[in-house]
Amino acid sequence: MFDTLKSRIFQGNQFIKDIKNAPMREQFRGFPILKEGLNCDESVCPTGALKSNSIDMGKCTFCGACQLQGVEFTNGYKLSSTDREKLIVTPQSNYEDYVKSAVEVKKEIVQMFGHSLKLRQVSAGGCNGCEMELNACSNVNFDMGRYGIDFVASPRHADGIVITGPITKNMAYALEDCYKSVPNPKLVILCGACAISGGVFQNSIELNREFLDKYPIDLYIPGCPVHPLTFINGVLSYISQK
Amino acid sequence: MLKIQNNLKVNLSDIPVLKIGELRDEIIKENKRPIAFFGKDWGEGRVRLFVVLEDAPNLLVSSAIFEADERSYECITNAIPAFHIYEREFFEQFGIKPLNHPWLKPVRKNQDNYEFFEMTGDEVHQVAVGPIHAGVIEPGHFRFMCNGETVYHLEIMLGYQHRGVEDMMVKCPSNQLAESICGDSVIAYNTAYSQIMETLKGIQISNKAQLIRKACLEMERAAIHIGDLGAIAGDIAYLMGASVFGATRTLVINTMLEFSGSRFGRGMVTVGGVNYDISQEKIDRALKTFAKVEKDVERMTNTMLKNSTVMSRLEKTGTVSTERAQEAGLVGMAGRACGVDVDARFDFPDKWNEELGIRKKAFKATNDVNSRFKLRYKEILQSFSIIRKCFAKLAEYKDEPFIAQGGDLPKDAFVISIVEGWRGEVVHIAMTDGSGKLSRYKIKDPSFNNWYGLALAVRNNGVSDFPLCNKSHNLSYCGNDL
Repeated sequence: MFDTLKSRIFQGNQFIKDIKNAPMREQFRGFPILKEGLNCDESVCPTGALKSNSIDMGKCTFCGACQLQGVEFTNGYKLSSTDREKLIVTPQSNYEDYVKSAVEVKKEIVQMFGHSLKLRQVSAGGCNGCEMELNACSNVNFDMGRYGIDFVASPRHADGIVITGPITKNMAYALEDCYKSVPNPKLVILCGACAISGGVFQNSIELNREFLDKYPIDLYIPGCPVHPLTFINGVLSYISQK
Repeated sequence: MLKIQNNLKVNLSDIPVLKIGELRDEIIKENKRPIAFFGKDWGEGRVRLFVVLEDAPNLLVSSAIFEADERSYECITNAIPAFHIYEREFFEQFGIKPLNHPWLKPVRKNQDNYEFFEMTGDEVHQVAVGPIHAGVIEPGHFRFMCNGETVYHLEIMLGYQHRGVEDMMVKCPSNQLAESICGDSVIAYNTAYSQIMETLKGIQISNKAQLIRKACLEMERAAIHIGDLGAIAGDIAYLMGASVFGATRTLVINTMLEFSGSRFGRGMVTVGGVNYDISQEKIDRALKTFAKVEKDVERMTNTMLKNSTVMSRLEKTGTVSTERAQEAGLVGMAGRACGVDVDARFDFPDKWNEELGIRKKAFKATNDVNSRFKLRYKEILQSFSIIRKCFAKLAEYKDEPFIAQGGDLPKDAFVISIVEGWRGEVVHIAMTDGSGKLSRYKIKDPSFNNWYGLALAVRNNGVSDFPLCNKSHNLSYCGNDL
């Protein structure tokens, strides 16, 4: 008992107080900056995210292979967007404008989910990287629960699903089943490069991504894997008033 | 059988080709632990079967060719049970049937319709779980055969994560793909892939790069083990442990972020060396962090081990006897916790073990969850000691380059690379064809062997102890499914 209390005292408070402005280590590869007039060699990119003068964050694994081509990765971690097209970064993009405009807030979403959002996560071929980071969202540092955002066990209790992984053939049925079990109205959040575009697995013949054509997607959260701060800020920006 | 070594190229033509009957006799005569057993399309409907056995510090390799009309052979599993999963995989991939195999169910495909091991009786019931589980974890289907609360048998069906990685590694191999095969063992997988490519291309990587890789591999081990200690604490509702270990793990992976720009070390290792040099300033900061982490882990673990309510949940739960573990061919941490002494770091040592004085630590296995808990704790401490030694040595090679270039792939070559990840041995095997292109890439995750160990562990435990058994193994779904 005393030992347990002692451990508690040694630990102190560790939660990040202001999650919207949490500092990020400078080495983190986040929002990319492309210089005007850049002509990149597309073949260095393992996922085809890099075009001669644009980079698609929905495909990007943030591996940094294009740094030699003159692409610069800032430590900007607020990467989420409600629009797939906005994930494509061009020389005209900059981080401040992106953060302001990428997530389109809808009044009814804020009213419905602003104070409580329960999510069911479905791993559909994920490598366990995004899954570990999503688990980390609920740890004592990030403590996502304080904003009313939680992962729940049953789709019946959920307001939406979070998909990680490129959606394998073997998971296609279970994923759709899970989606159908969530009561209306419901959200679909794609988390990570694999879910958004197939990522490094986009050319695999073992995938079945029909689900994404059938149902509307509400939020895209890029990353490989998605950093907890990216996820929490992405969801918060979607469900809270600006 | 041909004697080969870890990370050493051999010519495909040097590998003996036998009749399957002869190969089977030889495998049974050698009676050694299988490390790989896989087929390769050999043209004109033929299939060549390769076998790699452990003979530490060497490896034994041999092969057999099946003609187009040969579609079955007498199985090896009945003589050496550890082959059961390999023969199932071989059957699934090439349709060559191991006759009299005790349990020829699918590994990764056709989960909807297969014959599972069933128990019948008035009192027996089944509990089916998955593929989507209650937590944020990967998919897999579990079917418990229970009598009341007691689990008699657990049937595990995987394959939901199957992405066709082996084929993709042949068509478009890259470090980024290798990292994404199993995202919790990024350094281990990427090191194995890079070593394969370096061996094939004849690249000699610098001492500096080797030491950075070694240190990062141990950081990965320490970080995941700390997280797992927290997860075990969480599963017995000891929330203080879950919180403290969770927060402590963050310190280690954030240090990894400082080194490589990713919390799991993505982008660190590359073919030819490492992508990022580690400055002395970063090393000093990391060492300070690790000293604190070690103290936190020590304090929390000892608090837990002194607590009788904790111990009553950990002790004698999820037991697998050493004989059973050996028979089933368990590897890595789960195997060591059951007294199976398999550790690729020491079985196939690199030059640093001797230079840095890294020695295998004895561990008294008690075969239960407690054993897996304590082993993790011991391995964390050992990992930090290895990291300190690597960092100290790194200063000597300050001026070395951290990346090197290489030539083309050779023709008709065969390479095996084994890296001890935190779960156990990660085995990658590559072959090239007559035109110097990759023609087969085989991957074996330790979970491939160990899933059956989990099924053995839950026998005669309550259903409610399953999470504890599962978390104490913490096996990979994606590594198994590929």
